[in-house]
Amino acid sequence: MGSYLVRRFLLMALTLFGMSILIFVMLRLVPGDIADILVDAAGIADAKEKAKIAKELGLDRPILEQYGQWIGGLSRGDLGFAYVSERPAIEEIAPRIPISAKLTLMALFFSIILGVPFGVISAVRQNTALDYSLRVISLSGLSLPSFWLGLLVLMASVHWFGTIPIYTNEPRGFLQEVGLLAIPAAVVGFRSSALIMRLTRSSMLEVMRQDYIRTARSKGASNTSVNYNHALRNALLPVVTVIGIEAAFLVGGLIVTETVFNIPGVARFLVEAIRWRDYPIVQNLVMLIAFVVVTVNFLVDMAYMVLDPRIKYAD
Amino acid sequence: MRSRVAFAAGTLAAFVLAAAPAFAQKQGGTLKISHRDNPPSASIHEEATISVVQPFMAAFNNLVMFDPNEKINSPDKIVPDLAESWSWSPDQTKLTFKLRSGVKWHDGKPFSAKDVKCTWDALIGQEEKSELIRKNPRKVWYSNLKDVTVGSDTEVTFVLGRPQPSFLSMLAAGYSPVYACHANGRDMRSKPIGTGPFKVVDFKRNESIKLVRNPDYWKKGRPYLDAIDWKIVPNRSTRTLGFVAGEFDMTFDSDVTFPMLKDVKAQKPDAVCEARPTNVNANILINRDAPPFDKPEVRRALVLAIDQKPFNDILFEGHALYGAAMLPPPAGFWGMPKEMLETLPGFGTDIAKNRAEARAIMEKLGYTKDKPLKIKVATRNIAIYRDPAVILIDQLKAINIDAELDPIDTTVWYNKIQRKDYSVGMNLTGGGVDDPDTAFYENFHSSSDRNYTAYKNPEVDALIEKQSAELDRDKRKKIVWEIEKKLAEDGARPVINHNVANTCWTPQLKGLVLQQNSIYNGWRFEDVWLDR
Repeated sequence: MGSYLVRRFLLMALTLFGMSILIFVMLRLVPGDIADILVDAAGIADAKEKAKIAKELGLDRPILEQYGQWIGGLSRGDLGFAYVSERPAIEEIAPRIPISAKLTLMALFFSIILGVPFGVISAVRQNTALDYSLRVISLSGLSLPSFWLGLLVLMASVHWFGTIPIYTNEPRGFLQEVGLLAIPAAVVGFRSSALIMRLTRSSMLEVMRQDYIRTARSKGASNTSVNYNHALRNALLPVVTVIGIEAAFLVGGLIVTETVFNIPGVARFLVEAIRWRDYPIVQNLVMLIAFVVVTVNFLVDMAYMVLDPRIKYAD
Repeated sequence: MRSRVAFAAGTLAAFVLAAAPAFAQKQGGTLKISHRDNPPSASIHEEATISVVQPFMAAFNNLVMFDPNEKINSPDKIVPDLAESWSWSPDQTKLTFKLRSGVKWHDGKPFSAKDVKCTWDALIGQEEKSELIRKNPRKVWYSNLKDVTVGSDTEVTFVLGRPQPSFLSMLAAGYSPVYACHANGRDMRSKPIGTGPFKVVDFKRNESIKLVRNPDYWKKGRPYLDAIDWKIVPNRSTRTLGFVAGEFDMTFDSDVTFPMLKDVKAQKPDAVCEARPTNVNANILINRDAPPFDKPEVRRALVLAIDQKPFNDILFEGHALYGAAMLPPPAGFWGMPKEMLETLPGFGTDIAKNRAEARAIMEKLGYTKDKPLKIKVATRNIAIYRDPAVILIDQLKAINIDAELDPIDTTVWYNKIQRKDYSVGMNLTGGGVDDPDTAFYENFHSSSDRNYTAYKNPEVDALIEKQSAELDRDKRKKIVWEIEKKLAEDGARPVINHNVANTCWTPQLKGLVLQQNSIYNGWRFEDVWLDR
């Protein structure tokens, strides 16, 4: 197990290193840089002014030197200066991370808390009206773009309650924050919950046809005990894998949700930074996301061991 | 005796009535406004977008300004701001301002004539102040400015190369604030200091801009508001719903399109909405170096193909204005009269006849219905650019041009245009001041960076210079109309229409006067108050 962990950590480090090269090169392959954009935003394309800005931002230096400077800084915890705001990148990124993290966790919580129990109910009550209803709802969850759903929620809220649940002021206190983030989290988590529900249902149906479930029933175990203690635990393995993948996909979903609900999180900020070719922001944020995804994948692999004692990671 | 009493009573009543509005204004409150996007910076001099001017103009003062209580900006309605008075030298080449004394910057330092000199030295590229303004999209405004001299702490003189009556109008624009000499460019881009009625306390990218009342403002009793809170809400539907729900007191300027206006009025019947020209026009860029558009007759055919009405009906529900290079009257001060406009190519009412002529030109050049000219219509990949481009593509079919939309990422749009990497493009052009100098020098003079089509006509260049130096307003107008006519005949950026859009606010918001011939002016907010 020890050497497995060492191998995993080395692999994670290698993945992140590869990501850093990929993002650095890809950003520079996209046409236009911040100097182009700054002069373009002013409606001019003055070569002299552009060269002056490029020099000021160090864009005229060799690409390897720029990469070395970024990675060197990153290893020291120095993320550099944001090109657009001209402030330290860490000051721009840090306040936004908790907002998106809370939103992601709430969305994930929402998708699990709805997806798993409804998936079990749907499987247990297979081919009943309840099963059909849940399947239709889950299908709609997969089909509705969260952008559209978000707007629909806002419109309904304005129409019926005369208020709009968007993030205009920093919430005062935990409860207000939960209230502000709950609706966008539900919107972004709706799709994931639908996916988790469908997967739980099919996985449960498969498990419930196994011999050991029949044995448990014949031994007089209650329905609840059979469904949740025997079947669900075994049905959860593929679900956990999907939850791990969904956690990464949620970041993609956050971009539109943060835009529609006007949440000043990382995802919306990242899109804006890409638009402005704000390399220090984009590079560091993508690295952060890559780190989170790699870590979640690692945690999912660890969760397998807890859920299925037969799984052992050999040295 | 009775008549004296009646007279006194009448005078008193008149006084009370006249004074009533002054007493009615209420002090305090925070004005909440939605902002459409992330301003590239807070430095007005470095940018060319309403996204910067509208929120940050309230932090500054100009030397002079267009009367904020007048809807139409005109050279006759310029009022003092940091300058108490001004005078021209007899040869009209020196403009001297007497400045207010006792004015302080937001950081407490005193304002003086040196600040004025610093600002315009930086704008005309004097090396020693180059760090204050790192880019200047309006260089052409000050191409006639030779020097700025300081007479004393309260006197400054602008020295021009030749007479230029528009110079004062340019100084009155929202794009011409006075910067602090002791500030640096980075601060001015992120948290600027000014002498204006509001201080910038916070500018959070992608989030908000907060301004608070300047208690030391030199204009006593102003501003009325305690603060202005701008929220950056990039999604237009969310912004509009926020306004309807009362989250915002006012929409971003010109943010409400005509189809959206119906929804806003239906959901918020008490909203005050005003439609006004934006002095932004949709125009066609024709690359005069790209065959076959290097031939004048092909350019003429393209102009003759345009039917402006469908553009107006589809995009503005018929509210847009028809005009040539200048905004047409009555909102526009300089545009040519309607009867003159109708004689220009592309402005006639007989579209079928125009198109028959255009088709004949194209067929003579070998472009038939079966063998059409294939082109791409390049435009910025933003809806307000793409929509008219699509209508243009449809109209070009009528003259045997088979066009395809070429949406260009907005970040490289001007680069592409300046490289002449296009044949036909759809563009939007806005005017910071409704004045022929800014419109013609920026867009059509052969020496301008922003003459995107590289239109070069020595005769037009000479006329631009001539109108610029003409002191007689009526004579100047006639030259302006002559230029407009020549530009239309040459197919230099044919104008499709001048945009009109709506701005809405809550009925509790008082004292707001929207300027009709430039959306970039009138955002000082010092006379605005909330009746709550």
